[in-house]
Amino acid sequence: MNRKITAITGVISMMLVMVACKKEIMEQAGAVFPGFQRPANFPEPAYHFATNEVTQAGFELGRRLFYEPRLSRDNTVSCGSCHIQSSSFTHHGHDVSHGIDDRLGKRNSPPIMNLAWNTSFMWDGGVFDLDLQPVAPITAHDEMDESVDNVLQKLRAHPDYPGLFRKAFGSEEINTANFMRALSQFMVMCISSNSKYDSVMNNSGPAFTAAEASGYKVYRDKCSSCHTEPLFTDHSFRNNGIGIGYNNDSGRYAVTLNTDDLYKFKVPSLRNLKYTAPYMHDGRYYTLDAVLDQYSLHMKPMENLDPVLRQGGATGIPLTTQERADLIAFLNTLNDPVFVTNPMLAEQ
Amino acid sequence: MKYSFRYTSLLFLLFIAASCKKEKQEPAYNEKDLAPLSIEFDNIVGGKNLYLNTETYTNAAGESYSISLLQYFISNIRLKKADGTEYIVPQDSSYFLIKEGNKDFSEALVNVPEGDYAMLTFTVGVDSLRSTMDISKRTGVLDPSGGMDDGMYWGWNSGYIFFKMEGLSDAAPADPSGQHKFRYHIGGFGGYSAPTINNIKTITLDLTKAGIAQVRKGRKSNIHLMVDIDKVLSGTATVSIAANPTVMFSDFSTVIADNYTQMFRHDHTENE
Repeated sequence: MNRKITAITGVISMMLVMVACKKEIMEQAGAVFPGFQRPANFPEPAYHFATNEVTQAGFELGRRLFYEPRLSRDNTVSCGSCHIQSSSFTHHGHDVSHGIDDRLGKRNSPPIMNLAWNTSFMWDGGVFDLDLQPVAPITAHDEMDESVDNVLQKLRAHPDYPGLFRKAFGSEEINTANFMRALSQFMVMCISSNSKYDSVMNNSGPAFTAAEASGYKVYRDKCSSCHTEPLFTDHSFRNNGIGIGYNNDSGRYAVTLNTDDLYKFKVPSLRNLKYTAPYMHDGRYYTLDAVLDQYSLHMKPMENLDPVLRQGGATGIPLTTQERADLIAFLNTLNDPVFVTNPMLAEQ
Repeated sequence: MKYSFRYTSLLFLLFIAASCKKEKQEPAYNEKDLAPLSIEFDNIVGGKNLYLNTETYTNAAGESYSISLLQYFISNIRLKKADGTEYIVPQDSSYFLIKEGNKDFSEALVNVPEGDYAMLTFTVGVDSLRSTMDISKRTGVLDPSGGMDDGMYWGWNSGYIFFKMEGLSDAAPADPSGQHKFRYHIGGFGGYSAPTINNIKTITLDLTKAGIAQVRKGRKSNIHLMVDIDKVLSGTATVSIAANPTVMFSDFSTVIADNYTQMFRHDHTENE
C-alpha cells in the first residue's frame, strides 16, 4: 500500500517536473532577444555595429553595468542615477544633475535615447564615439569621480562580472574595450520608436486628431529645419538665442575653440518631451510653455544667433495662440510610453 | 721555408683584416629581419638632471618652480639610413609613454632592420588616425582608462593628452586647495568633425654628429636623447607661470607645444 502510494507520488512529481521544465523552455523560447532592429521609419544608424554587434549576453551585461554604482568612486552613483528610464533616461526635475557627494554639474542630463543615430555625444559634441562616452561621466569630478582603471579592478574582484564578461565576450578578461562595448550595447538598444507619431507614419495606429495634424503642419513649417524627422534633431550645434547662462557655459566653443561656435549647443530631440523636463542645456525652462515663450517672444539677438531664428529683420519664431496650442498637441504625439516603461531596459 | 712562413703569416694577417672589415660592414637591408633599437628619453633641465619635487628651477621669466609630474607620448618612430632608405616602425608597435621617475617608461624600444641609421623621426603625441580609432585599438599606453591624476586622456573632449607637466611655483596663484600649482595638459589632434587646434608635433634629429645607430642582432643600440624640459617654459616663447598657471585645451596650448618641440637633442649613441 505504502509502496504503491510512494510510486504514484513519484510518478506525479516526475510529471510535475516535466511540466515545469516544459514551461521554462517555452518561456525561454517566447523571450527571444530581438537584437538591434532599425525601426521602419528610421534611417540607417550611425553606430558602428561592425565592431560591436549587439548580443543578448552583451546587452544584459551592459544593462547590469548601466545600473552598477561601482562605476563611481564611493559606489553610490550609477549611470541610471541621472538617466532614469521613467524620465526617458534623464534626471527628472533637475536643471543640472547632482553626482557624487551631491556635487552639482553644469549641464542638464541628456536622454539615453536613439543614440545609435547620434553622430556625436554630449551637449557640445565633445565625444565622437559612443564607446568612448562613458569615460566622461566616470572621470568627471562632479559625476562619478572615479577612474576607469579602478572600475575595472572592482569588477574583476566581483563574484559575478568575470562570468558575465565570459558569456558576453568569450573571455573573463575585463578590459576597457569590452567594458565600453557592453555599455554601448545597452545604450544603442534604448530605442524610442513607439510614439503615436511613429504609428501614424507607419500606418499602424489611429490617425492624428485635427489639432495634432494642424500642429504637425506648424512643426513642419517652423521647427523641422533643426528638429528634423524622424529623430527630431539634425544633430547640429546651434545658438538658439536663449542667452548666456549664469555659468557662462561656452558650449561647442570649448571643443572647437572656434569663436563661431560660442554658445552653440546640440539640437536636442523633441521626442519624449513629456518626460524630459526641464529643458535646454542647463535646464532653465521647466515647462514647454516657457520654451515656446522663449522662441516666440523672448529671443535674444545675440552674436552667433542661428540664421533661421533671425529672418526678415526680426528674431524668433512667431506663433499665434492657435498655432501654439496645435503645436503642443502634435509634440505630445512624440511621447513614447512603451519606451519609458519597457521592462527590458529597466534595472533587473 | 722561411719565405713560406712569411708568406703564410701575411696571408693570415690579410685574412684577419678582411674579416674585421667584414664585421664592420653594414648588413644587407632586410625588412623581415629585425634587431632591437632603443631610444632613451633622458629628461634634464638646462645643464642639470631633472629631479621631481626636490629640485627648484628658474625659467626665462625669472620664476622659480619645481616639477611634480612629467609625462609625454612618443609615437610613429621612423629611422633613415644615409642612403635615404627609411624604415617606419609598424604603428601597432610604435606608441610609448615617457614618465619621469619611472625606469619602465624612460625609453622607446623598437625593432628595425639591421643597418646604420643616420636620422631619427618621431611624433610627440598621438596621431589623428589613432586618436579616432575603435576602442579595441586603444590598448597598452593608449588605454583611455587612466584617472584624472596621471591619465593621458580627455573624456569630455575625446582625445589624448600628449604632454602633461605639473608642479609648484610661488608664481602660480593659490588654487582652492591652497597649493600654488601649475598644470600644463597639452593635446589636440585637429578635431574629429570640426577643425580645431592640432598640437601633433613631428621631431627629426640628425644622428651623424653625435653618433649613428648601428643596429645589429645580438647587440644593443641605444640612441640617447637629452630632453631639456626648461624649453617648455623658456623656448622660443617665454611662458610665464604667473600669467598662465593652467593651460589645457586652449589656443595658448599651441605656444607650449611649439616650445616643447625644441627640447629634444641627440647626445650620443651607444652601440654595444
